[in-house]
Amino acid sequence: MQDFLQHLLNGISLGSIYALIALGYTMVYGILQLINFAHSDVYMVGAFAAYYVASLVGLQDSPGFSTLLVLLAASMVACSLLALAIERLAYRPLRKAPKLNILITAIGVSLFLQYFGQAVFGAEPKKFPAVLENKVLVSVAGVDVKTFDIAVLFITVVMMLVLNFIIFKTKLGKAMRAVSTNMKVASMMGVNTDRIIAFTFIVGSSLAGVGSVLVGMKYPSIDPLMGTLFGLKAFVAAVLGGIGSIPGAVLGGIIMGLSEEMVVAYLSSTYRDALAFGILIVILVFKPSGLLGKSQIEKV
Amino acid sequence: MKLLDVRSITMQFGGLKAVDSLSFHIKKGELMGLIGPNGAGKTTVFNMLTGVYKPTLGEIHFNGQAIQGRKPFEISRLGMTRTFQNIRLFKEISVLENVMIGATQHQKYSMLDAALITADYSQAEKALREKSLELLSIFGLESKAYDEAGSLPYGEQRELEIVRALGTQPQLICLDEPAAGMNHQETHSLMETIAKIRKDFNLTVLLIEHDMKLVMGICERIVVLDHGVKIEEGTPSVIQNSPKVIEAYLGVEEVH
Repeated sequence: MQDFLQHLLNGISLGSIYALIALGYTMVYGILQLINFAHSDVYMVGAFAAYYVASLVGLQDSPGFSTLLVLLAASMVACSLLALAIERLAYRPLRKAPKLNILITAIGVSLFLQYFGQAVFGAEPKKFPAVLENKVLVSVAGVDVKTFDIAVLFITVVMMLVLNFIIFKTKLGKAMRAVSTNMKVASMMGVNTDRIIAFTFIVGSSLAGVGSVLVGMKYPSIDPLMGTLFGLKAFVAAVLGGIGSIPGAVLGGIIMGLSEEMVVAYLSSTYRDALAFGILIVILVFKPSGLLGKSQIEKV
Repeated sequence: MKLLDVRSITMQFGGLKAVDSLSFHIKKGELMGLIGPNGAGKTTVFNMLTGVYKPTLGEIHFNGQAIQGRKPFEISRLGMTRTFQNIRLFKEISVLENVMIGATQHQKYSMLDAALITADYSQAEKALREKSLELLSIFGLESKAYDEAGSLPYGEQRELEIVRALGTQPQLICLDEPAAGMNHQETHSLMETIAKIRKDFNLTVLLIEHDMKLVMGICERIVVLDHGVKIEEGTPSVIQNSPKVIEAYLGVEEVH
């Protein structure tokens, strides 16, 4: 029982990070019907941005709250700028092209970033700066609640609340929802759609930036291909929850993290990665629209 | 004063001229009708006016400013808005927010204000909410403000389209078949509402409509299109007695 609770906590903690990344996939999909394959590599660049900023200002080995804030800021800004550039240079020129063209471009951008990363950052793994000290804060019923878990959960919850506020309480959020329902009509109602799309990329990638710092904190080894598998799992989480649905991405992320943790704990760590694809296959066969996604009935 | 001045616009799709050097103008405060048989090019004209299509040739002046080829959101911000022949609401969003979206372009607070939840932000959101509810009350839709737009019955969805367009604070509103699918009674009350909002909001109205009774009843001037060409223009009585119009609608009488 004690073991189970510990795994539960770890799973939720891992799942929150998946959720943060999954949100980026789902938001861009919601607005452009594009699976942004470059998202996972934007996340990778975020981790490296935090790494380089830390060594620039001498924060490699001084864990603490201020380090956390600096790294988060560095990563979020880097991810936003990169995503803006990708949107502007690679996706916007294709706005009127068939969806497949832009999808293939996304794969191209993803590969570009991976090899760019290997060329510029170097292919060998680097040690991510120490963000926080991982102390046992409290022990409840034999379960150790550590700093990392609390930090991950706290930051994720804050991010979700901020996101929720933006989407439901601000004019940008209203415009985002309008654009995701019908871009053309939104434009005719005075919404500057290009700006809203750029903003969506900024929000989604900032969340990926946050995710990259949290991952770096928990698993402090980063390399230019770190985004591939992690991003793929986050993508599966988004599909599981129903791509395009924001609560779906969160739910999908948590389920993904929990099931991964449980599989490793009770079966074998060999199945860790197989699980994600197993889930993907099952969901595509039995409920392709995802848990919270709306199934669309095509009119003929 | 000419609010809208359309100068020989042509829209060519490949080999097909959907609209062929069409010219007309609307004076400020006028209620003008644009009629014509199916496929005459009426909706194409609306699409050119609102920036969905860029005219192949010709110019469109709105308030003295050339607007052809501008983006739809820019034209909307200049004060021209529209409704759609086939309803295009933001279906998954609440009725109230459908109206609010049109008005967000006029909201002045910055994202920093929103982030800090400043008084500016709260007041702007509150004012917009109240104003949108007031607009909804024109059609008595305020009690359904928090329903999903897609859940409204058909007639109310049509009305909501008009309210949403009013949210953008237009000078000119282009109504694309607002009475389509409505029964006699509903059409009649719609006519009254159009007259009322025109007066209350000081609007200029361009109306596409199939319902001849509606058009003849409220329009001051009518332009008739057929195969993309203007075949007649004038007051309702001129249009009703024009042989060209009768021919376009009913065909030529065969003489034996």
